[in-house]
Amino acid sequence: MSEKTEQQRLTVFKTYKLYVGGKFPRSESGRVYEVTDSKGNWLANAPQSSRKDARDAVVAARKAFGAWSGATAYNRGQVLYRVAEMLEGRREQFVREVAEAEGLSKSKAAAVVDATIDRWVWYAGWTDKISQVVGGANPVAGPYFNLSSPEPSGVVAVVAPQESSFLGLVSVVAPVIATGNTAVVIASEKAPLPALSLGEVLATSDVPGGVVNVLSGRTAEIAAPLAAHQDVNAIDLAGADEGLAKELEIAAADNLKRVLRPQPVDYFETPGIERLTAFLETKTVWHPTGSLGASGSSY
Amino acid sequence: MNNVSSAFEYAPAPESRSVVDIAPSYGLFIDGEFTEAADGKVFKTISPSTEEVLSEVAQAGSEDVDRAVKAARKAFEKWSALPGSERAKYLFRIARIIQERSRELAVLETLDNGKPIKETRDADLPLVAAHFFYYAGWADKLEHAGFGRNPRPLGVAGQVIPWNFPLLMLAWKIAPALATGNTVVLKPAETTPLSALFFADICRQAGLPKGVVNILPGYGDTGAALVAHPDVNKVAFTGSTAVGKEIARTVAGTRKKLTLELGGKGANIVFDDAPIDQAVEGIVNGIFFNQGQVCCAGSRLLVQESIQDELLESLKRRLSTLRLGDPLDKNTDIGAINSAEQLARISALAEQGQAEGAERWSPACELPESGYWFAPTLFTNVTQAHTIARDEIFGPVLSVLTFRTPDEAVAKANNTQYGLSAGIWTEKGSRILAVANKLRAGVVWSNTFNKFDPTSPFGGYKESGFGREGGRHGLEAYLDV
Repeated sequence: MSEKTEQQRLTVFKTYKLYVGGKFPRSESGRVYEVTDSKGNWLANAPQSSRKDARDAVVAARKAFGAWSGATAYNRGQVLYRVAEMLEGRREQFVREVAEAEGLSKSKAAAVVDATIDRWVWYAGWTDKISQVVGGANPVAGPYFNLSSPEPSGVVAVVAPQESSFLGLVSVVAPVIATGNTAVVIASEKAPLPALSLGEVLATSDVPGGVVNVLSGRTAEIAAPLAAHQDVNAIDLAGADEGLAKELEIAAADNLKRVLRPQPVDYFETPGIERLTAFLETKTVWHPTGSLGASGSSY
Repeated sequence: MNNVSSAFEYAPAPESRSVVDIAPSYGLFIDGEFTEAADGKVFKTISPSTEEVLSEVAQAGSEDVDRAVKAARKAFEKWSALPGSERAKYLFRIARIIQERSRELAVLETLDNGKPIKETRDADLPLVAAHFFYYAGWADKLEHAGFGRNPRPLGVAGQVIPWNFPLLMLAWKIAPALATGNTVVLKPAETTPLSALFFADICRQAGLPKGVVNILPGYGDTGAALVAHPDVNKVAFTGSTAVGKEIARTVAGTRKKLTLELGGKGANIVFDDAPIDQAVEGIVNGIFFNQGQVCCAGSRLLVQESIQDELLESLKRRLSTLRLGDPLDKNTDIGAINSAEQLARISALAEQGQAEGAERWSPACELPESGYWFAPTLFTNVTQAHTIARDEIFGPVLSVLTFRTPDEAVAKANNTQYGLSAGIWTEKGSRILAVANKLRAGVVWSNTFNKFDPTSPFGGYKESGFGREGGRHGLEAYLDV
């Protein structure tokens, strides 16, 4: 009896939505586009974001920047680790979504999801170490205290990889936010569903709203206004093809965004720190050290 | 009291010009030889304090750029294959020769640039030598610099430098490039080509292999041709933000690595508990060092409202004692503006400041009849909307704004497209750290200003550019990482 009921039961589809400012809006344009699996079977209608959605996401990311960059590195590490914990709990869902999105067998998709979860753990551990690795005291020739410290660049637009829709996505987003930047992410155009589902994980992982914003749609349409946006500080072109990357880099020059050009990456490999340092500024602070003479400190 | 300078008149104490021998003409320095430009073009370089023609210099065109890049490419193979310890020794030699010839180079720089001998002698030249000495030591330690176990050079570096610190900017560009095994083609600014050409002679004395350093005097079009050359692997530029953006567009879609050190509108923030006398010295140093022609100048003074009157009174009194005149006079505080063009730009912006309603003040100050001069100038009643509070003036012009709370000071300081430098004056340590933490600027000087050191990374946030020069950080710009 119960078996028969299950067979008859119609599954509940999920309406995939954007993730902006900690909320799940549809595209303001009301547009969607059809997302299929590798065999062409319909999976979902994903939101097709507009320029306005991109601008709204930048506003959300800017609003979140102060608190996220001002949070302690320890706190950011715990939040990133929490993302891994939440993902572990929804592992089966992501294995299915990645398998469908990338046409992988279940076991290969499971390996992708496991590597993705481990990537969050890897970057969670970096948040309170990168400053010591790339900053430090400078031995200037004079009576001065002189310290260089890395600081996040600000709002980073991320064109996520087109092929690696989940491991690649996390491999480019996690290093951006680990150091205190906030991100506007354009999901893989063809396979946006794992990215949109990741939004649901982030929303329940203590990641403050606006720190990561996920947009789906036509990559070129969303990336152009982000590359030209005056309140975006940097752009990762990982998922842009050669022609688009050049166009975006030219647009990005208008307010001198930091640009990370596309390059061949094996996302299964343990990353270096290049994606962390690409979106860091170095601030150097000077102060006289004075002296302990009879008159006390002086400068 | 009338004023201090009339009570104690200073007799002129000119530095002798005889230590420097400027030839009537100079060629391009390509592949270890001085040569004429392919099209035979030349331009004159003058002394901005007298308008005297110092020399006639070959002007590189695109054909010369191609020749220089080819020479650098050819030299790259051997230079990059040298053991780091050997490259180091060449750089140590260069550092020592600069020290030996530093008086000559200081006088030369003062003649060609117009800045006081006091500055070239005590700031520019010691820093130039120190920079080469510092990076020399890195050449055989690169695998310990944190850029991987086998950091590789990029290849040929195309470098374009400005006129405000001609030899120092050359040092900032060439020292790290050579230490990491790159070869260079460098274009000095059209108004200050001479010290770079003297540097070519230092390369000869040091026995540097041919083609490792090539010097191409010229105008903006020479720089544009260099930056666009397809066989250049690395572009480094110091100059205006507008040109920096143009260069960023030029290299878009290529594999050229780019670092930019551009304009600024530094805020110098003075809190009510600041040591006033020291702050006044810091403000003066911040905006009148090198006639304010400094990208990291403290060109916006943000003073806490409660001490505005006291501070301005001290500041004006101090400005009245500054001596403007012959840059070769060892007493001179304020030298000449670098060019007629720059003087016109400063004058136009100062006039706009007045037209927009800010109040202009300068000390009584006699300007020499020939040459390019601009009296130290201070604007009060400046708002954030005023052009003189927003645009980089690159001259001895200080805009004074006020604030009431630390939050307001930070908000105003950060309210700019730039993010190169900032200053904080207060006796309260926790306030220094809190404010320094919130400022979006690459260099923050607290209770001091305009301090530089080869070990200390320098560079901007936002539209002041990207990449760092100096320190371990400065190596990254020239390594394939």
